[in-house]
Amino acid sequence: MDRRVIGVETEFGITHTGGTHRGLPPDEVARYLFRPVLRWGRSSNVFIPNASRLYLDVGSHPEYATAECDDLLDLIASDRAGELIMHDLAQRAEAAMAQDGFDGSIYLVKNNVDSQGNSYGSHENYLIPRTTHFRRLSTILLPFLVTRQIMVGAGRLVPATDETPAHYAFSQRADHMWEGISSATTRSRPIINTRDEPHSDAAVHRRLHVIVGDSNMSETTSLLRYGATDLVLRMVESGVPVGDFELENPIGAIRHISHDITGQAVVKIRNGGQQTAVEIQARLLDRARRFVRENGAHHDRVDAIFELWERTLQAVASGEHAPIERDIDWAIKKRLLTDVAERGGLPMGHPKLEQLDMAYHDVHPTRGVFNLLAARGRASTQLEPERIQRAIVDPPATTRAALRGRFLSTARAVGAEHTVDWVHHKLVDRPLDALMLKDPLSAEDPRVDTLLGRLGERVASLREQSLQERRAQELPLALSERYKLEQPRELAEPPLI
Amino acid sequence: MSTQPQKRPQGGNDDGGAPEAAATAGANAQAQKRAGELDSLLDEIDSVLESNAEEFVKGFVQKGGE
Repeated sequence: MDRRVIGVETEFGITHTGGTHRGLPPDEVARYLFRPVLRWGRSSNVFIPNASRLYLDVGSHPEYATAECDDLLDLIASDRAGELIMHDLAQRAEAAMAQDGFDGSIYLVKNNVDSQGNSYGSHENYLIPRTTHFRRLSTILLPFLVTRQIMVGAGRLVPATDETPAHYAFSQRADHMWEGISSATTRSRPIINTRDEPHSDAAVHRRLHVIVGDSNMSETTSLLRYGATDLVLRMVESGVPVGDFELENPIGAIRHISHDITGQAVVKIRNGGQQTAVEIQARLLDRARRFVRENGAHHDRVDAIFELWERTLQAVASGEHAPIERDIDWAIKKRLLTDVAERGGLPMGHPKLEQLDMAYHDVHPTRGVFNLLAARGRASTQLEPERIQRAIVDPPATTRAALRGRFLSTARAVGAEHTVDWVHHKLVDRPLDALMLKDPLSAEDPRVDTLLGRLGERVASLREQSLQERRAQELPLALSERYKLEQPRELAEPPLI
Repeated sequence: MSTQPQKRPQGGNDDGGAPEAAATAGANAQAQKRAGELDSLLDEIDSVLESNAEEFVKGFVQKGGE
């Protein structure tokens, strides 16, 4: 697919510390966190004006699912906006809790493991054609996903156990995957989840649900993660030969690779032989380059993705990580932990280092350690801060998200009861006119204009508010009203009562 | 920090012969500047982290998600 819809769902860890009391448990903090959401949408599971979804998930995890994006930078901007939205909610929750006598600090942590080894996810969704041969897909995609962690893993300081000393691993999630492919998520976590809810025309599309990824802090790492995966999917869809890397034991392999930061771990290929993750990725990179030479680049970041892909593989293969220490999450974090350990003479596994491992993922703009590194130029970025701010309020302009955003903000502005989800758009007073928008790649649909037209002339007098006006509203910015009803200059007729 | 010892280029650790003295001095100055920047960064990070690391880590417990 030349244009592909991609979305990512992030579950955040949440904790509360300090103050005069013991911190509140996560479910209570989450309740405070979602108070403004509940007030705004009468539910803790809502679609918000930027067309993303904000909700409390299983286990009291605050979760943010980006709207449909067909542009990698839109996707990264929406995901980063999710961090800022959570931060905004956290600040309000802190204030509300303080009023109730619970002072202290809320931490929202965009990582995937807590201190007891509970895991929560970062789920990627890729729209693929229904015609994609699933066996071919899994044969190519599984080895790619198992080895992808050496490029886009978020890194983890693994505490000591009876068998192994504390050490640094590529991935947060690798130890929490139990199957290659299945339909479960909480019971047994598969790398690829076959739950097939395309949120589109099921005759045409399938939704590929990948749950093996780590939550990324780095925009650069994110670009490589989604960009490389999309390129591999393109090759799968086109039918070109991609080589045979099918692994004998994907789950054994994913752990084995994660725990050997030297990148020398070898894994068994089903058809015989052994390879390192670097070797498998290097061959996929080579194929992808050839594919793009022959078929052309489908967006303007392809060269940047190839350059990052290659540079990261070289860094892992050589053990010389300096060239990726600003760009790749696991390497950025490892550099920091190394510096702190050296300066303080701390042994691996010291609580201070474990704390830093978590604090790296703190979404707080001036407390989160990744954000501190980025502010000092020790971590690269891809987006202007203004673009991320806009993504808090603006839906992506080129997909169905634009329609959902306009629909829900318009209905709110005129006070019309409505319901929306990924596909459905309904005005409660006009149930027979409910719309199903089944093409996630379409940002225009006259039926939406017709339906909104039914709300009367007031719709024509709506004015879009500026970012500044929206910031001035009392609501969290992400929930601020997009449109304002302009008072008509003169009332033609007194209203009939 | 890693399980493998990392090679890191670091200016100013060798004795350097006379011809390289100027270059070494330059590298020294640069290394010092970098070390200063790093110190200030690590100090900043120290100032924002919860002071009891162990308590913070132990308190960071979630229910499983997905």
